Formats: sequence, C-alpha cells, structure tokens
Amino acid sequence: MTRATAPAVTSLVSRRQFVQGLAGSALLLPVAGGTTANAADAATLSGTDFELAIGTVTVDLTGRRRSATVVNGRLPGPQLRWREGDVVSLRVANHLPVPTSIHWHGMIVPADMDGVPGLSFHGIPPGGVYRYRFRVNQSGTYWYHSHSRFQEQTGLYGAIVVTPRSGERHPSERDYVVLLSDWTDADPEHVYRLLKVDPAYFNFGQRTLGDLVADAHRDGWQATLAQRAMWGRMRMDPTDLTDVSGYTYTYLMNGVTPAGNWTGLFQRGEKVRLRFINGSSMSFFDVRIPGLTLRVVAADGQDVEPVAVDEFRIGTAEVLDVIVEPADRPYTIFAQAIDRSGYACGTLAPEPGMRADVPRLDARPLLAMSDMGMPGGMPQTRLDDPGVGLRNNGRRVLTYADLHTLGGPIDARAAARDIELHLTGHMQRFMWSFNGQKFSASEPLRFNYGERVRLVLVNDTMMNHPIHLHGMWSELLAENGDFLVRKHTITVQPGQRLSYLVSADALGRWAYHCHLLYHMEAGMFREVVVERPGTDRPG
Amino acid sequence: MRRRPARERVRAAALGAALAVIASVVRAQEPPATAPHVAPEPPQQPMPAMSNADMVQTMQMNDAASTGSLLLDQFEWRHDGGDDAAVWEGEAWYGDDYDKLWLRTEGERLQGITEDARVELLWDRIVSRWWSLQTGAREDFGDGPPRSWAALGVQGLAPYWFEVEATAYAGDAGRTAARVKIEYDLRLTQRLVVQPEAEANLYGKADPARQLGAGLADLDMGLRLRYEIRREFAPYLGVAWRRLCGETAAYARAQNLGASELQWVAGLRLWF
Repeated sequence: MTRATAPAVTSLVSRRQFVQGLAGSALLLPVAGGTTANAADAATLSGTDFELAIGTVTVDLTGRRRSATVVNGRLPGPQLRWREGDVVSLRVANHLPVPTSIHWHGMIVPADMDGVPGLSFHGIPPGGVYRYRFRVNQSGTYWYHSHSRFQEQTGLYGAIVVTPRSGERHPSERDYVVLLSDWTDADPEHVYRLLKVDPAYFNFGQRTLGDLVADAHRDGWQATLAQRAMWGRMRMDPTDLTDVSGYTYTYLMNGVTPAGNWTGLFQRGEKVRLRFINGSSMSFFDVRIPGLTLRVVAADGQDVEPVAVDEFRIGTAEVLDVIVEPADRPYTIFAQAIDRSGYACGTLAPEPGMRADVPRLDARPLLAMSDMGMPGGMPQTRLDDPGVGLRNNGRRVLTYADLHTLGGPIDARAAARDIELHLTGHMQRFMWSFNGQKFSASEPLRFNYGERVRLVLVNDTMMNHPIHLHGMWSELLAENGDFLVRKHTITVQPGQRLSYLVSADALGRWAYHCHLLYHMEAGMFREVVVERPGTDRPG
Repeated sequence: MRRRPARERVRAAALGAALAVIASVVRAQEPPATAPHVAPEPPQQPMPAMSNADMVQTMQMNDAASTGSLLLDQFEWRHDGGDDAAVWEGEAWYGDDYDKLWLRTEGERLQGITEDARVELLWDRIVSRWWSLQTGAREDFGDGPPRSWAALGVQGLAPYWFEVEATAYAGDAGRTAARVKIEYDLRLTQRLVVQPEAEANLYGKADPARQLGAGLADLDMGLRLRYEIRREFAPYLGVAWRRLCGETAAYARAQNLGASELQWVAGLRLWF
C-alpha cells in the first residue's frame, strides 16, 4: 500500500531533486505513531494514537537548499490512516519559533478540534503541544494542512485515508495517494508582497504584439481589435488564469519533482486506486493518464456513482478518488497547471525505473466571454462546463454535473433560507473578498443551529475560487435544484453562479474561505457561527 | 486434561458474560457501517469572541497589513549630440489597500547641476474601483527659486490600460499649475516591453524667475524599449522628445536654447 513513498522513491531520483531533509534535522526524528504494523514506516502512520512534530527541515527541490515547514521531518507529512468509527488522538508538538496549527480538511469534527487559530483554538505556540481527539465518523480520502499564515505553502500538509468499516465499495489491489502541491524557493511573504505590488508579476503568458498580429491574420483586424477593445474597456486580462505560476513554482507529486518521477507500482491485471489530493497553495491542476480511463469513484471523500473520464480538473483542496486498470506497461500521471506554466508528473509502472512518454503541455488558454458571465451579462450555473482550457479538447473531461454522491443528501429538507455571497476581487490591486468586504471588515455569517440553509455563490471575478466551509458539508445543487454531490470544497468558476445546501448541525465558530492561500490571506475569508437561536451574541 | 475447579469455571462464565455485555454496549456505540453523516459534538472549549487585533494576532492573518514599494521608472542618460543629461523619475509608496503615503520625484541633472526637479508627497486614497485621489504637497527646485505647491489629483487605470496621473497645484502668489501623465505598456514578448509615455505641464501664470510662461509650458514624449531580465530589473533604450510651448518656448529662444529636442536615452527601470 505504501510502496511508493518518499524513501523508496528518492533512490530513483537524481540528487538534485529529492528532499534531502530527513537526516537534516535532529529535532525531527520521525515519530512512530499508533499501534499497527505500519508504525515502522514513517511515511504512513496508522492506528488511533499519533505523535506529530512540526518543525523545519532543509530541502533541495530545485538545486537550491531551502527551509520547509513539515510534519515529522517529511514533505509531504506522513499519510495518516484511520479507521471509520475509531476515536483518534493526535498529539501535535510545535518545534517552530512561530505558532502553528493543523486543520483536518474535510473531517467533520467538533469546533475545538478543527485547528483554525482564532476560531477553533488559540493555535499551538512555539514549544507547545495540542492534543486533538475526535471520533472518525466518515471514510474516504482527506488531507491535513497548517492553518497558520503561509506554512501550508512551505510544506505543512499530508494525506488522510479513512478506511470504511464495511470495507471499500470498490476493492483494489493497489491504493496510492497522489498528493499534488506547489513549491517555491521564494519566501511566501515575498511572493505575497510581489502580488500586491505587481499582480501580473508571475504571468508570463500575457498577450503580445505578435498575438495581435496572429489573431488579426486569423480573424481579421476588425474582429480582433473589437475583441481587444472589449477586454481593454473593462481593464480585464484574458490571460489572468492564476496568480502564481510555474515561473516560481515547482509542481510536486507526493513531494517529488517531475524529474524525480514519483512511481506507483502495480502488477499485471491489478486495479489501482489513486487518491488525488490537491494540496497546493495556489494551483489548479488538469490531470490525465494517457492511455487509461479514469473511473472516478469518490469526490472529497464521498463515494459517487462511478463515472469514466479521460481527464479532470482538481481545484486547490479538492480530492478525487479514481480507479484505473493499467495494462502491463508504464503510464504517466500528468497534472498540468491551469495556465500551462508547468506540471507535476509521475509514473504508474510494473517495474521501478520505467517511464512512459510525458505529454506536452497544452496550449495556454484564454478566458472566454462565458468566464465573465456572458452572454447576457448574467452569471450562469454552467455545472457541465469543464472550464477554461478544457472545453472541447477532444477528451472526456469531468464536470460537477457528472458527480452524484451515493445515497443522496445527508438532510432531505429544503433550505429554509438563502444566503447569497458574491466572490469579489480586484486583480490590479490584488484584493480579494466576499461581497466586497475583506475579513477584517466583515461580520460573521450566522446560521441557526439545526437549520438548513442554501448558500448561493456568484463569482464576479475572472478567476476560479475553491470555496471551503469548515465543519459542515456543502451539498451542491444542480440548476434545477436536485442534489448533485457532497463536497468540502466547491470551485466556483469565473462568471458562475451556483448554490449548495448546508445543514447547520455543528455548533461553534467555523472558517469559510477561498482555499487559494494568498486570496485567503488577502481577506477572502468569513467566519461562520452556528448558534442556538436566541443565543446572546458576543460583543 | 485436568478439569478446572468449579469456582474457576463460575468465574470464567461470569467474566464471559460481562465481556459479552461490554461488547454489546460497545457495538451499540459504534456508528452503523453505512452512516452517511454524524454531526459533530459541540466544542468542549468554545473560543470566546475576541477583538479584531487579537484575532489578527491569533490567526496570523492580517488582510489590512501595510506594505511598500519603490519604483525607479526612469533612471537614464540622455544624449542629443551636445551635453549628456541624467534624468530620473521615480515613486515610492507605503500603505494598505486603501490608503497609501505616496512619494513621487522627477528631475534632470546637467553637468553636475540639478536643472529642474520636483518632489511630491501625497496621501493616496482609493475613491473608486480604478481611481485614487491624491492630496499633498509638491516642491520644485533646481534652476531658479524653489516653489512650493499644494497638490490635488487623481491616479488610476483608464479604460484600455492607460496609466494616468492628473494633478492640479496651487502655490504662493496665486500661482497654479497642472500636470498630466499617461503611460502604456505594449508587450512585444513576455519580457520585451515598449512603453510610450506622454507628459504635459501647464501653469496658470508666468513665472519668469523659473522661465515658465502661462499656459502649456512643455510636452514630453518618450518611447522606451525595456527588457525585463526580472520584472524588477529592466535595462532600456529609447527616445525622448521634449517640446517647450508658448511663452516658455520664448524664454528658451531668448537664451539661444532650442524649444524642442530629441534625445536618445539609455537607462534602467528598477523596483523593489
């Protein structure tokens, strides 16, 4: 199950690319947690009792040595394997000189176990320890990450796999986590400041004079100039696909660079389950395995009616489980960034060291009229729209309209009320918010304990935003109001309007935010309070 | 096999029964295998409400933090066959998304003497999606007596991506002035950028001591081709054309100076 974890892989990797840090920090000896046979393998920890140590380690992913913030000396942190129904206890010790935290992304846990400093608890001070303890009442693939400043960007993340009590619905001979992430050698504080000063700093796909001539050659000068004028009048940039690009990012698969070639082994005739987690800070990935059909069996940890596709887009913090049935040859798992500025990749292979062809990056797409809520200027629901760069690309691409969570919604009631929020921003100033109000200027959203509310999100920006509600599921609705899929993170495409139901059954204070880390830090964040009606509101 | 004494058997039976009871209780507490959702328990230690400042501190998430930047947009040598001049134009700002302290300066040095220069210190406040209002002070120095002005203007991004600064000034002795500057970035490649720029200065009344006439005093146009080795570091080449107008041109002619000059420029664009 854990064959292709970091230590096994590093032996395949040229010295330049692998994470060197395991012996680099005396502080961070991997701590075996729990009670099971896997305890010796620090890349995977299973059982019910866990010791997690947060600290720094020196890594070399690009030829330059940098400090990463990690769990138990590993990037990504150890995979945590839990069993549905168990009570797990996690003792998290902070060896950093600054406060830290761990949030269990997608896990439904009491508010004081959710790991958001300021809302769940006070954070873990330097030298401090926090003991998380909760019952695992769900199964599937999830992940964990720091909820403190930019620690997630510098390596503080890992996978969670919860084994169902009743056994997997789709048994497979092999089971791999494929955790995608983005690494930068730059200090994230510096990256954030660069975005504030020059929001197009990382965009090396802007339109040029040559593009203008080429477009005019293709479409005629009149049409081309009219189209340029339309974008120019609005002061919008159709090349604005992502804020931070491959210019600074090295994209990682399970902590391994493309050159490092993370490899998952299989034997002829085996079914392979791949648990894709987008653990990046700012990146959307378009994922495919040329030659293989991807049978999607779960989204955000929740089993769905299996759907066969060639490719899927995975937003930041989203999770998709797929099952593939490879023939007796190697295959490339190819995850290109939404702006085609780079990719993460790895290999599924019958033997270590094998590689398949790595596809070329697709052409860099441009945002379309529909990404501005056109035609008609009204936001569209468009749940069957695979999104910019994936439309009509000749491959079967997963959309939200394809996802149907098995068993229906957790709560059959209709919504008692709607809460509409606009996703707002200003690209030229790198300002991000809900309803034009940054977190610091906003009041909490208040849900009455026990009510069923419908959240309506309208994306007024030109960018995809993966919106994550803590503590409660987001049950996405089709345009006709039918239940589609239960998720913890819902990507709202540019110019899109969508809605989902939430059962306010989790008392306490919760985070609700865009999961693009730099958007969250810029203020695209709200507090959600679930309280009993009539509760005195705190000052 | 030796039979166990009766007391031991009874104890074993009791123990077995007890275990069975415990097991059934434990089983009853386990969620059913297909439980789709179990609401979480209320927090045992709920977080109290706290002030915004405490929240920022605890979350380490300050969306209203201030930052700053320094841009040397032009730092160049100008050559027109005669004397070479050094010209600078730059700005620095510090502040949050809405309010910034803005410092702007430009000037020219010829043969080691500052010919014509100004510094502005402004408070920049966003007033609409694309525009901010700037109020503050400007000081002119160099050739002639220094002049002080109060400044009020706008800065922003006009449709079609034109960067615009337009400022009105009021000084001593009923002097008034205005300055408009428009800039545009045209990308030839992702790193090679042509920047056309135009600037006009107007004065409400003549200032002979600084050899300025009333009305439009000068028009400066530039075309610079820069190569962004990094976004922050771009050497450039270009041409600058300056035309003195009206009375101001007459002052120049009276001194046997040309009213218009075309110069080659070479310089560096830098920011932090």
